[in-house]
Amino acid sequence: MSSVPPLPRWADVGLLPIINLVIALLVSGLVVLAVGENPLRAIDIMLQGAFLYEGSLGYTLYYTTNFIFTGLAVSVAFHALLFNIGGEGQAYIGGLGAGLVCLALDAVLPGLVLIPLAIVAAAAFGAGWALAPAWLQAYRGSHVVITTIMFNFIAAGVMVSLLAGPLIKPGQSSPTSRRFSENAQIPDMQEILGAVGIEIARSPLNLSFVLAIAACVFVWLLIWHTRFGYAVRTLGHSPQAAAYAGIRIPRTIIAAMAVSGGLAGLMAVNEVLGVQHRLLLNFTAGYGFTGIAVSLMGRNHPIGIVLASLLFGALYQGGSELDLEFQTITRDMLLVIQGLIILFSGALAYMLNPPLARLIASLAHRPREAPA
Amino acid sequence: MSEFAFQILLTLDATLRLATPLIFCALAGLFSERSGIIDISLEGKLLGSAFAAGAVASVTGSVYMGLLAAVGVSISMSLVHGFACITHRGNQIISGLAVNILASGLTVTLGIALFQRGGQTPTLGPNERFQPIELPFADALAQAPLLGPVYDELVSGHKLLVYLAFIAVPLAALVLTRTRFGLRLRAVGESPEAVDSAGVSVPWLRYRAVIVAGILCGIAGAYLSTAHGAGFIREMSAGKGYIALAAMIFGKWRPWSALFACLLFGFLEAASSRLIGVEFPIIGEAPTNLMLVLPYIMTVVLLAGFFGRAEAPSALGTPYVKEH
Amino acid sequence: MEMEEERADQSEAAEASADVNADANANAGGGDASPPAVELRRINKRFGAVQANRDIDLAVDRGSITGIIGENGAGKSTLVSILYGFYTADSGEIRIDGTPIRMAGSADAIEHGIGMVHQHFMLVPTMSVLENAMLGREGGPRLAEGERSTRARMAEVSAAYGLEIDPDALVGELPVGLQQRVEILKTLLRGARILILDEPTGVLTPQEADRLFEILEILKRDGVTILLITHKLREIMAATDAVYVMRRGEMVARRRTRETSQEELARLMVGRDVLFAVGGEPGEPGAPILAVESLGHADERGAPRLTDIRFELRSGEILGLAGVAGNGQSELLDVLSGIAPPQSGRIDFAGRTFTPASPANPSLLRDMGLAHIPEDRQQRGLVLPFTASESSILGYHAGAEAGGGIFLALAAIRERCGLLMERYDVRPPDPGLRCGGFSGGNQQKMVVARELSAAPKALLVGQPTRGVDIGAIEFIHSQLIEIRDAGCAILLVSVELDEIMSLSDRILVMNAGRIVGEAARGEADADRIGLMMAGVGEPAAAA
Repeated sequence: MSSVPPLPRWADVGLLPIINLVIALLVSGLVVLAVGENPLRAIDIMLQGAFLYEGSLGYTLYYTTNFIFTGLAVSVAFHALLFNIGGEGQAYIGGLGAGLVCLALDAVLPGLVLIPLAIVAAAAFGAGWALAPAWLQAYRGSHVVITTIMFNFIAAGVMVSLLAGPLIKPGQSSPTSRRFSENAQIPDMQEILGAVGIEIARSPLNLSFVLAIAACVFVWLLIWHTRFGYAVRTLGHSPQAAAYAGIRIPRTIIAAMAVSGGLAGLMAVNEVLGVQHRLLLNFTAGYGFTGIAVSLMGRNHPIGIVLASLLFGALYQGGSELDLEFQTITRDMLLVIQGLIILFSGALAYMLNPPLARLIASLAHRPREAPA
Repeated sequence: MSEFAFQILLTLDATLRLATPLIFCALAGLFSERSGIIDISLEGKLLGSAFAAGAVASVTGSVYMGLLAAVGVSISMSLVHGFACITHRGNQIISGLAVNILASGLTVTLGIALFQRGGQTPTLGPNERFQPIELPFADALAQAPLLGPVYDELVSGHKLLVYLAFIAVPLAALVLTRTRFGLRLRAVGESPEAVDSAGVSVPWLRYRAVIVAGILCGIAGAYLSTAHGAGFIREMSAGKGYIALAAMIFGKWRPWSALFACLLFGFLEAASSRLIGVEFPIIGEAPTNLMLVLPYIMTVVLLAGFFGRAEAPSALGTPYVKEH
Repeated sequence: MEMEEERADQSEAAEASADVNADANANAGGGDASPPAVELRRINKRFGAVQANRDIDLAVDRGSITGIIGENGAGKSTLVSILYGFYTADSGEIRIDGTPIRMAGSADAIEHGIGMVHQHFMLVPTMSVLENAMLGREGGPRLAEGERSTRARMAEVSAAYGLEIDPDALVGELPVGLQQRVEILKTLLRGARILILDEPTGVLTPQEADRLFEILEILKRDGVTILLITHKLREIMAATDAVYVMRRGEMVARRRTRETSQEELARLMVGRDVLFAVGGEPGEPGAPILAVESLGHADERGAPRLTDIRFELRSGEILGLAGVAGNGQSELLDVLSGIAPPQSGRIDFAGRTFTPASPANPSLLRDMGLAHIPEDRQQRGLVLPFTASESSILGYHAGAEAGGGIFLALAAIRERCGLLMERYDVRPPDPGLRCGGFSGGNQQKMVVARELSAAPKALLVGQPTRGVDIGAIEFIHSQLIEIRDAGCAILLVSVELDEIMSLSDRILVMNAGRIVGEAARGEADADRIGLMMAGVGEPAAAA
């Protein structure tokens, strides 16, 4: 190990992640080839499906919104060296919070009050769902990874029970709540832009996208510009330095997890308030897990997360076109790509570090040695 | 025999069937984690091997070819996990997650490519599935009081892999405590430097542990698609890998206790499916959905240290780096 | 002044290498035909930027007890880890009984009859003594047979060397003395003829240590070659036939034990005995600001690390705390700075009293005017992935330096950091660079800059010049004197005795978690303090 030179920062932040992504996509291409299709044609269809067809960009950005929230959630915890893989459950329960507010109050409150209240509830419920694992990690030393996995399943159980029981719309058998009234629905982008004279195609894209961008700014400010963020990053880099600096470690763990859970909860704003307008089963659809890939690829930075979310948004939207165009590849191919990205950008992220570092070092040394 | 007792017997019978994949997976997790490698990829291996068993059994017409394929696929998934975690010292959680998500995607993608049935394999015929094994005298003894029905309903009439699961537990315990491999395995999860200093290769030992985990998960997967079910359907592992992980933790990383936890969690599942729609005097309709979540809640409570401390192997999750 | 010091350093090194050469020649010329049991030739080992071993030569006679002495961090453990195949040397040769061997791993070492008792025991606490002893030599895929034979062999070896132990006891539940016994048994069961012990008495009580040395004598009589690594002079004098001295990764001397003295070894081990006075005028102590009364602290396992510590620190003085590393100095700094809680006693600082029931915390103490230059600048004093600017508010991120509100005043922090870097001569003076990229000396100057710029009433300083170049040492020393003259009270902890002697107005000596002596400026005598550090001096009444 001692003989490996350090990787220059530009290569660490820029080159290595891109190489890892390319490897993941190449292997995905091999899978497409293996099932007897043409990977280039698949890419072409996905690109068209993600950006060029009418309304497709809106769909891409709608998925992007989800991934920004869940990706940010993972990243905030990660800055404190906590691996929150409970985003899925936190988003699910966040949806419950938003849904309960709407179901209870949509008859009495105007939208301008109701929607912000529902948004706060989503964040609060998501944060609340992260609190138990956080507390257990901070004070009992229970590994947050295992407890958040367990809490994902518990969240699913809670939601099934509620939606099949107290929250079910009377007189129907499928476990779904009643539809919220109009004033509880976050306006579509199409409506808003239409109002100022810009015509765009119909898509599920709604104002939550703006909230997602705001969340990016919030996280950027919180992590890099506040005392709290400073404490979180110190803890994440070196618990010893945190103790030396007098940072209260358990409290910081709990607060970081709460923010993380809150961000995950906000994902439900897009799905529940923006698109579905009711509570239903499995509206999180794995977006919470995808957030892990997004955060890994985005190197836990809001800008990286927006870029990675766009990539995944395009994959999801473009992927749904695969269903229509191909007999043999479907949107399940997305999971393959996602898994490979997590593998190569995450678990094997530093596999190519030593050879790349040696290559760069030897390239850098050569010109200097030449004149001698 | 009263109707109530008979219902209990049927529930226990279902418990055994539902606990079988959990037992194999929990033992798999146990081997991996006792060596120091966190294994949340039980779920993915279970799913991947269930697909392999279903697909190969369907294509070859042989249930045993299916089992072999399941084990092979599961081992190769273990090796991917090992390559990332042991050779490249990658994050074990991230690697496990990658394996799980890959399994979700690949099973369906390959399933569609092979069978064009939306990710399912064709329904398997009798030779492509494990058949129940009637133990001797089951019929004759069925009429005997009390023990007769227990023998007939509960003990007899299961598939080979169910019996294998219950043999696997003492076998695993034996391997752990009475063999060289077991001794080194227990040591490497607690104190890899002690193993290294004894002149034993830490990576190779851990690779062998994850391979054993692969074999066990492979059998569990084959059970799902070719014994319990009659073919592969998408996402058929349905969180069983995670339940097994919980059972293993609940069993404090020990085979017999893990078996107990698997039976308990299997019973909860069996009971909840029998109680759907059943009305109780005070609580009303049985909260079957919450019963299914009980394993997870119990595991969290255990992890919190509220009833006895669950001590994980001390080197669990930490890659072994000799030089700093 | 600086020149002279460097010259002194060089001549010392030259003398040391001459010693080694002379000795090597004597060895080669000696009539003894049998080759040394262990011979190391020109061993080099580097970890990142640190040269842990540089051109090490070593020869150990068969059936002898040979010591290697040196400060913590001198490279002793690295050297024996190479001999045991745990690390691979970058270059050099290992010979056993005169034959060069290939050392690819511990399995090779074991095969060549080398056994090692590590400083941190290589035991599995959750397994029995027997299982630990069998690990790696189980005698077949099934344990039953190996268990029987190991049990029998263990009984034999135990009886032969007086190493009685219950083979079925759980190792984690044994006292450390017995755990070490298991380690020794393990090596003997594997047939070791060369036994390496790395700091074996660090965790033992004096009685356990005496017992260990009796056992080593028995082993020696039986023809076992023993290599004893320690930083304790008393043990070297009591137990060894020959001794090597290591300092900063190099082998600086070899002596026959009966021909040397503790004083000489202490001098060789710690470095120059040339005193150099940066201190200039002595300080003018004012009123006490920090008072410690019968302080006690135990580690996580409950082993006492500090016992009955009492002293007073006055404004405008530097109180030096001398001692061989690992004698409780680090723990004392942790307790005083509020990182670790005391278990008994009290600390009075700036008019407030802290006890185990009402402990301090680092933030509160900082607010009250206690600054802390920690011993470990890389893990504690700085956050290496942070920029210099970010690390410049570590510990002060809640204070006015950082803006005082919810938000950090990043521009102001950066500007202030730039000024501090100029003022404290940090090179390059770029607040945007990552801390990990600076040299050791410049990293240390950043920590010093941050802590001194807080204008503290009292300052805790741990190893301020460890791994720092000469220029930075000079600079840091002059800064400490300057702030002392401004009225700051300084507690200086260092394992470099000359640093303590040249800077301190008063000196306390620590050994085994206690303060064992005190000397005033001027009457300090390196030999006397050295002996107290080694725990052999007359225990003077504590202040």
